[in-house]
Amino acid sequence: MATALAHAGWRFRRPSVIPGFGLTFGFSIAYLSLIVLIPLAGVVWRSASLGWPEFWRIASDPRTLGALKMSFGGALAAALVNIVFGTLVAWVLVRYRFPGKRIVDAMVDLPFALPTAVAGIALTTLYAPNGWIGGLLAPLGIKVAYTPLGIIVAMVFIGLPFVVRTVQPVMEEIDREVEEAAATLGARRAQTVRRVILPGLAPAILTGFALAFARAVGEYGSVIFIAGNIPYVSEIAPLLIVIRLEEYNYAAATAIATVMLAISFAMLFVINLIQAWSRRRYGYGH
Amino acid sequence: MVIDQPFSAAGAQTPPPRSAVTEGRATRVALTVIALLFLAVFLVLPLVIVFLQAFANGVGAYFAALTEPDAVAAIQLTLLVAAIAVPLNLAFGVAAAWAVAKFEFKGKAFLTTLIDLPFSVSPVISGLVYVLLFGSQSLLGPWLAAHGVQILFAVPGIVLATIFVTFPFVARELIPLMEEQGTADEEAALSLGASGWQTFLRVTLPNVKWGLLYGVLLCNARAMGEFGAVSVVSGHIRGLTNTMPLQVEILYNEYNFAGAFAVASLLALLALVTLIIKTILEFRYGDALSGSTGH
Repeated sequence: MATALAHAGWRFRRPSVIPGFGLTFGFSIAYLSLIVLIPLAGVVWRSASLGWPEFWRIASDPRTLGALKMSFGGALAAALVNIVFGTLVAWVLVRYRFPGKRIVDAMVDLPFALPTAVAGIALTTLYAPNGWIGGLLAPLGIKVAYTPLGIIVAMVFIGLPFVVRTVQPVMEEIDREVEEAAATLGARRAQTVRRVILPGLAPAILTGFALAFARAVGEYGSVIFIAGNIPYVSEIAPLLIVIRLEEYNYAAATAIATVMLAISFAMLFVINLIQAWSRRRYGYGH
Repeated sequence: MVIDQPFSAAGAQTPPPRSAVTEGRATRVALTVIALLFLAVFLVLPLVIVFLQAFANGVGAYFAALTEPDAVAAIQLTLLVAAIAVPLNLAFGVAAAWAVAKFEFKGKAFLTTLIDLPFSVSPVISGLVYVLLFGSQSLLGPWLAAHGVQILFAVPGIVLATIFVTFPFVARELIPLMEEQGTADEEAALSLGASGWQTFLRVTLPNVKWGLLYGVLLCNARAMGEFGAVSVVSGHIRGLTNTMPLQVEILYNEYNFAGAFAVASLLALLALVTLIIKTILEFRYGDALSGSTGH
């Protein structure tokens, strides 16, 4: 393929002495197509075959809208909580010294490693009215489990490491001399943090926000136990897909999935843009 | 602009005066306490509660819950699924990393984005895609049924859904690592007469082995713990198509909390072991893993 294209003066691949491009590239593309691309294209194709009026009828159904609002609204709230506490955790881990820091650092990845169903039942037990935390909040009139608040708690849990792990490496690379310069020029510490450090961290925080948001929108396992799953109130979009599938209503399941996929891919695109922009502007980013 | 170069180089050697570039002691303590409290409530408590609840009815009940036939079947199925899905994604990850990291070609960034795609798809949708592909109402469905091939509500569907959700893990660890290492080592080996396979096995593989192990570890943890995608394709047939996370759900919904948390404790243990090995790898072989960014 490469040699054939080379004649046109446009090269698909730069020549190299290293062997195995055809084999590894071919295998990768075949595997990617079979496992990911063709099945995903199937969803879009099925959705297209519904026709626009039918698609719109399902997508604008009040229960669908309620579920989408819950998923996206909850994810937004959770991602906002996470950028505040995630940045704080990253700051404490990078700048301060305290006993057991290495263990705390490792624990941050727990939500990546802990299966979502396990996190779901553990959080529900904690936040139920008779649970450790739920019991403390109940006298204050705050109900967490089986309400939208519980959904946000679960989404905060699964999104936290995304913010910490995107902000932390960038924080480690901050040049201390910039802070010294600000201090010599008479800035108070709070001014230095707000005007010098935070703007430099903004692209990383934004990326962390987008990643945590994207993950929380699609989250299922950790949410369904604590959510209560009341239609129009605390029902998330992935659960509604499952419910429609169990009713053999494939059209509705496909339409909701297509809306979610479209928004997720738009998010992915935005994340890539932020990263490209921060690489150009600040010379880092992943 | 150019003049201050030597000064700044010298300045970097001496430790900065602490007061100017850090917060006051009270602020430091307060921020640390808030961060640790947040982590304790959101991360440590859920983990503690899993083990406490698992042993709520005593050690005897705990082991009885784990040796019950349905639990044993779930454990076996989970191990089987991971044993198929992880090696396949490992083979893909190595192949994709070789193609992406060792060669320059058009559309490389696009390919890398496509590899990461499954991470931005909801687990439920990852299961749905296979229901639409192989279900009775699909194009393939009637043909599969006529030939007696069962994919949905059977082990092949569970394996496929698991492969989908764990697809990027190995590749995304290896690609940055192998890109950073460049091609000089491989070119040297080839010029000394090594074959392509020899070069890969004796030069590339030893260079990336810790990154590879890291990726496999994360891939395995997710494969064994996947819930949403597997839940959609499994059909929840007890003793047949229930993986451990699905078993946890069923027991929990039956108010068998001790049983649910007993199975959950095994998964939590797997998560802890994964984190411990990951931390050791990062601590010992941090340099050999650099280029990889978390996850």
